Amino acid sequence: MIALLIRDVRLAVRAGGGFGLGLAFFLLVAVLVPLGVGPDGGTLARIAPGILWVGALLACLLSLDRLFALDYEDGSLDLLVTAPIPLEGVVAVKALAHWMVTGLPLTLVAPVLGVLLNLPAPGYFWLVVSLALGTPALSVIGAFGAALTVGLKRGGLLLSLLVLPLYVPTLIFGAEAVKRGAEGMATGTPLALLAAITAGAAALLPFAAAAAIRINLR
Amino acid sequence: MSLWEYANPQKFMHLSRRVLPFVAGAAALCLIVGLVWGFFATPNDYKQGPTVKIIYLHVPAAMMAINAWVMMLVASLIWLIRRHHVSALTAKAAAPVGLVFTLIALATGALWGQPMWGTWWAWDPRLTSFLILALFYLGYIALWAAVDDPDTAADLTGILCIVGSVFALLSRYAVNFWNQGLHQGASLSLDKEENVSDVFWFPLLVCIAGFVLMFVALVLLRTRTEIRARRLAALIARERMG
Repeated sequence: MIALLIRDVRLAVRAGGGFGLGLAFFLLVAVLVPLGVGPDGGTLARIAPGILWVGALLACLLSLDRLFALDYEDGSLDLLVTAPIPLEGVVAVKALAHWMVTGLPLTLVAPVLGVLLNLPAPGYFWLVVSLALGTPALSVIGAFGAALTVGLKRGGLLLSLLVLPLYVPTLIFGAEAVKRGAEGMATGTPLALLAAITAGAAALLPFAAAAAIRINLR
Repeated sequence: MSLWEYANPQKFMHLSRRVLPFVAGAAALCLIVGLVWGFFATPNDYKQGPTVKIIYLHVPAAMMAINAWVMMLVASLIWLIRRHHVSALTAKAAAPVGLVFTLIALATGALWGQPMWGTWWAWDPRLTSFLILALFYLGYIALWAAVDDPDTAADLTGILCIVGSVFALLSRYAVNFWNQGLHQGASLSLDKEENVSDVFWFPLLVCIAGFVLMFVALVLLRTRTEIRARRLAALIARERMG
């Protein structure tokens, strides 16, 4: 399983695209929004938590369709299904690899983009904490969506449509935590709920995703 | 004699052919009586004026939009556990009906909200969760349409329906986080002291019954269509083989 993790991370970083694309998209959002909204600091500070979370979510969405599709096309997914390790574990590891090449870098660069969006000073800490807690859920939910659409020719648009409503609670709690942190209010409740979604999704969704893959490969 | 006998498509077709006209007739009767009574024979609300009458479309549609999803969830579970094809097909048949009910609730709400709240749309918890529900319906229908093999499609949409139910519930309570919002609270609960006045309540009950019957009739009709389409596909396949 560790070998699979290393293989997936290596493929994502080396093959180009998957790794850089999400980050570049995130950067683009953070640069384009002030250009579109106008440079007024007060407005930007108010919308910064939401914009950063929406940007991270969309950047995550971008690379989802390659999560299983490449392995499906070259047949290695069949090998993984018949391998002696449980398919649920494979799904979890692949989601983890996806998080390491999208969610983790996004979390690390988010404070820099926060400067561009004039995020108030107390918000930075909570931005990093909420993204670190929330982006794993984005990857696991995305893995479930990718598993549902893995056998389809043009699954990309369908994948977005399926995954978007599933992302809603994560987005609401994540952005709420940053907003409250930036305003100096207590962030415990949204952060706890965010962590609960991540924990619940990581525990249960690999089973649903594995079931979907088995059906698709039948 | 058990309920599972009607998992046999032959028996289902036989029963539904006899039941359908009665259900459809009862639905039409209830809707005509309820809507005419509601629109022409009830007084205007002292604050809302005649706009209150949209309640006879809005409330039943919203109730059935949620209930249709619950029915799809039950049907999906039956399909995944007991592999009855009729069950999977009823879930497929119910989805577009549920989507239309969701859209009716959203549209009538907007029509009512414009004069009453001064806005067509607000990011209120109830409104937002209905928009999300509409997205879930769209995704579900799109997944059915995208997968070619009918059994694979039934399995995948079944899983999506279960996971989607959990996340739809989560979203419903997540949006509560913002504030109570513009939408008024429940006023039809059975266990509350103060509810909507009986003058509006009785025609509303008839309308709700009408919407339930209409839903059943539409699902039966659409399921019959699906079964016939399935038979046709089987016939065509047999023709090719022979």
